Order: sequence, then structure tokens, then C-alpha cells
Amino acid sequence: MMILSGDPPKSRVLTLLLVVIILALAATPFLFPGAKALNVAAKICVFAALVASYDLLLGYTGSVSFAHTMFYGIGSYAIAIALYGMGPNWAAVATGIVVGLPLAALLALAIGLFSLRVAAIFFAMITLAVASAFQVLASQLSWLTGGEDGRSFQLPELLRPGTVLIPKSLMGFEINGRTLTYYLVFAVSALMILALLRVVNSPFGRVLQAIRENRFRAEALGFRTVFHLTYANCLAALVAAGAGILNALWLRYAGPDTSLSFSIMLDILLMVVIGGMGTIYGAIIGATIFILAQNYLQSLMGVASKAASEAGLPLLPGLLHPDRWLLWLGLLFIASVYFFPTGVVGRLRNAGGARDAGGAH
Amino acid sequence: MSEMAANDPLPKPKRDLAPILLPVALALLMIPLVGSTSSWLTLTVASLAMGMMIFIMASGLTLVFGLMDVLNFGHGAFIAVGAYIATLVFAPFAASVQAESLWTNLAVLAPAALLSMAVSGALGLVVERVLILPVYGQHLKQILMTTGGLIVAEQTLYALWGPQIIPMPLPASLRGSFILGDVAIAKYRLLAMLVGLAVFIAIQLVLNRTKLGLLIRAGVENREMVEALGYRIRRLFLGVFMTGSALAGLGGVMWALYREQVHASMSDDLTVLIFIVVIIGGLGSIGGCFIGAILVAMVANYGGFLLPKLALVSNILLMVAILMWRPRGLYAVTSR
Repeated sequence: MMILSGDPPKSRVLTLLLVVIILALAATPFLFPGAKALNVAAKICVFAALVASYDLLLGYTGSVSFAHTMFYGIGSYAIAIALYGMGPNWAAVATGIVVGLPLAALLALAIGLFSLRVAAIFFAMITLAVASAFQVLASQLSWLTGGEDGRSFQLPELLRPGTVLIPKSLMGFEINGRTLTYYLVFAVSALMILALLRVVNSPFGRVLQAIRENRFRAEALGFRTVFHLTYANCLAALVAAGAGILNALWLRYAGPDTSLSFSIMLDILLMVVIGGMGTIYGAIIGATIFILAQNYLQSLMGVASKAASEAGLPLLPGLLHPDRWLLWLGLLFIASVYFFPTGVVGRLRNAGGARDAGGAH
Repeated sequence: MSEMAANDPLPKPKRDLAPILLPVALALLMIPLVGSTSSWLTLTVASLAMGMMIFIMASGLTLVFGLMDVLNFGHGAFIAVGAYIATLVFAPFAASVQAESLWTNLAVLAPAALLSMAVSGALGLVVERVLILPVYGQHLKQILMTTGGLIVAEQTLYALWGPQIIPMPLPASLRGSFILGDVAIAKYRLLAMLVGLAVFIAIQLVLNRTKLGLLIRAGVENREMVEALGYRIRRLFLGVFMTGSALAGLGGVMWALYREQVHASMSDDLTVLIFIVVIIGGLGSIGGCFIGAILVAMVANYGGFLLPKLALVSNILLMVAILMWRPRGLYAVTSR
């Protein structure tokens, strides 16, 4: 209980699901051979942490930010530029972290102080504007960021795939630098999610929820809501930048498409809503469902699209084309905001009878 | 908003001229900075034309927010839909579009614009009923729902038209520019300015001279009071929403002709500009939206000419500056 900060999943099915997901992620290098499975698992870890940090904003304070990928991108680019410029050594990794995290927090502070003070409704619009300006900036400053091509880099010796730590002959499977990187991603993501769980279950987290429910009353109770919201914004930015660092380390690359694009922002929104806002656990469920669908459903859609075009049906081949999978997720997104705003986690918790009926909101 | 009635028995609301003087001052300030008068004139006309197009797209959004407190993040979808519909009309009449006669061109252009407006407006009806009505009064869900709507609309456009960029050539008679001395003024920019100005005047007339406009303005200021007087403000809102969507469609056609191409993601950058305009102008204010659009376009054009490096963040800086001066936008009309 201590490790979950006294906020267990509160539903048997949900607990089972989470245990299965976490065990599967922990054992991926041994259970599922091949690079694709490991890539998918690493992406799930990174996004679970990223989406959980977004949940702190969306689910717990109720403010919609469109700048979350910006912080994610800052983390990615910081580590990529450091490793690219200083060469593959640990000092570069440390520099990336030391520069990236404070930069993200400072920017979040500036945006928060500026836009959360003016009017809550401006926040979404202003973050969207700032994020798009940042995206343009990142692609224009090509001497630093590599422009549209991004930056590829080498990892320190220990984390390279070529580094064999435990040879295959010893235990039946090989543990190399890649496996080690994966566990680094897994462990840091898990730590960040647990830290977020701690934050939302602290007195500070309760104030955030009070602000979400009724900002005016929270203010009347004597809380400085701007301070709390800005603080939450900075925390979320820090975790997002951390997730960005992990992502760049895993991909050995940082570029606009993998870390800054608006479509990632939409992905995060979809994941947090499908998983369940304001639960943190929803982030794990949402990221798992979404990324599995992204990687495996698309090929299924390709088959369906082919079948439809061979059967000579109009329109369907276009609608079922693998590139159009966001269309279906968008519909799912609207349906889930409308029919189950509490997402998968909220549904499971309610079905478990942990709360009385009607407690869905 | 400036009142125009001459024999108004009521005490006139205090005129607030500072925001109106702002773009004028900015333009005058730029004369010495730009250097040559001819490039200054070209830049000013370009900013006015761009500003008018942005205003057309943004006006609906600001009224929708002002009237019903609905923040539509999917507004850009109407822009893209409008542009795509226009390509449908342009394709079979390519010959008339490329004819040298202005009237033949307009005979295609006007129906194309009208059809785009009709389709965007009809789409607005669907969006309002399906996406916004169920989550009425809940900001968070509104933003999520309309963002979802934007994804679906964009993906549907891709599915129907394919992901490639569709060229949309400017009608032959609107190409080129008028030459006055050493100043070149693009013909299409002039047309865009005229259309934008016409839309602005039409909106102002409806808002200030008709009972409908009176109700809309009253609704922006205090919704409950209008409802208490027995007016069905939801229906009024639906009308405003559809008009706003139709105007966004018109803006989409104009922007597509300006860029001479159509793409489903064309609305992404525009949405950002429109949001900045709406914030600068003050949510719900048409006059503020008008001035905000011109300011944003001026900053983009002068900035792009003088300091191309700064042009990337210039709009953000403009927004910061304006909000420092007036935290609720140039004209704060809503009580929210």
C-alpha cells in the first residue's frame, strides 16, 4: 500500500489487468522475442509515464494543456543534442538531464504564471499557440536541432545493443545493452508513475481536485489556486520531459515527428480519456490499449481495407485504410467522452461496486 | 463595440478608441522602419487582406464563445471543409476559371463560395447538435469533444480526397496586380479586403441595427437575463453557430485561393492564429476580433519583412503584450 500511496486500483478486474500489463512489460525481453515487441513495450512504458503526467493536469486540475508535447520534446532534444554534441558518454547524459528538466520546468512556470492568471479558459488556447510556435522554432533552428531531420546519436558504451552483459550460453537468453536500456526505461517510467501517484494523493493533490471541482470555493478556502495550478503544471512538465529523455534514449533519435508533433498531443489526449481521467492508473491502461492498437490494429485494418476493395465496395477501402485508423480512434474518443467520461478505469471501479451508483462524475 | 445610432436617446456608451488607433499607429510606425514607401504600401495591403481573411474565419468563433461560453476547438474543420467543397465546384469548371473575363470567373467563384458556406453551415448544425449539445456548460468536455470532432473531420477528408495537396489555381482575372506608380497591389488581395470589409459591415449592421443583433449582444452580456425575458437563446445560439461555421467555410475558400492549394491540415496553423486573434480581441467582441485580426496579420507581414527570425514567435509576443495591457483582450464584453 505504501508504494501505491494508499490509492490501490479498487477493482479486482482492474488490479488483474494492471498486474498482467506490468508483468508482461517486465518480462517482454524474455517472453516476446524480436525487436518490434520490445519497441512496443518501451513505447508503452514511456507513454504511460507521459500520459500519467498529463493526467495530473487534465484529470486532477481540469485544465486542458496542448503544450505537453513541448515539454516531452524539450526532454528528448536536450538529451539528443547533448549526446550528439558531446559524444556518447555519461557526462553528456547528465548534461542533457541537468539542462532539459529545469528548462521544461521554467517554461512551464512562465506559461503557468502568464496564462493561468489571466483566465482559465485561455489556458488551452495559449498553450496551443506556444506549443505551435515552439514546434516551428525547433524545426527552424536546424544548427541546433537538426531541423526536420532531427538528431541521431550514439548511446554510451554500456547501453549499446552490441554490449553483451550475460552471454546466451549462460542462461539461455542474452542480456545486452539494449535489454539494459529497456529496463532503464521501464524502471524510470514506473518510478515517475509512482511519484505522480504520491503527488495526487497528497494534501496538495486534494487541493488540485478541489480546484477542479470548484475553483472559486477553493480560493475561498484560502488556497492560492494560481500557485497550485502553476506548481502542478511544472510537475507535469518535469515528468513529461523525463519521459522525453527516456524516449530519446530508447530511439537514439529526437526529431519533430517523434517528440513534438501535434499528433502526439492528440494521442496523449486519446490515451488519457480512454484510460480514464483523474486516476493515474488510466494512463497505464490507456497507453497499453492505444499503442497495441496503433501497432497491431493497423495491420488488421490493412487486411480489411484490401478485402473491401477486392469486394468492390465504395468508400470503405478509403475509410479502412491503415493510415485512417485515427478516424476510428477519434470516433471512439468522442463516444468515450460522451458515454463513459471516466474511461476504462472509472468503469471498472464503478462496476466493482466500490462506489454507489451515480458516482461516475 | 462602437455604437452608430445618431439619435440615440439613451446615454451613449463611452467610446474606447485606443484599440482602434493601435493598428493605425503600428502601420505609421512602420513607415520609417520599412524604408521605402512602395514596399510599405504593399506590406500594409497584404496585412489588411490577410487580416480580413483571418477575421472572417475568427468572427464566428468569438461570437459562439461570447454567446454561449462554448469553446470550439474544431473550428478549423469548417475551414478545411469549405476549401474542399470549393475544389469540387472548381474542378468541372476549370475552363471558366481560367477564362480571362472577370464575370465568367466570378460566376464560378460565387457559387463555389456559397456552396462551401452552405455545407459548412450544415456541418455546423450537425456538430452543434451531436457534439456540443450533450456537453453543454462543461468546458473540459467541450474542448475534448470538439477536438475529437476535429480529428474525425480531418481524417474523413483524408479518406475522401486522399492525403495529397490539391492545387487550387486562382481565377485568371484575379491574378497579377494593379500597378499604381511603383506600388504593386495584388488583385486578389483587394478582393479579399472587400469581402472581409463587407462581412464586417454586415455583422455590425445585424448586431447593432436589428432585434436579432440586440438579442445576441444582450445574450453575450448576460445570458440568463435574456432567457428570463422569454427568448429561446438556444435557438439563437444554433443560428450563430451555423453562421459562424458558414463564415469559416467562406474563409477557408478565400484562404485556399490565397495559398492556391488545399490540404486537410491547412486549418492547423490557422486555428492557432484564430485563437490568438480571438484572445487578443476579447472573447465575444466582433470589433476586437476585427482589430485583432489586422494586428496579427500586420505583425506577421511587417515582422516577416523586418525580422524574419522573429516572425516565428512574433504572434506570441503580440499576444503577451496585449494581455499585459488589457488582461481580458482589447474589448472585454463578457462578464466571464
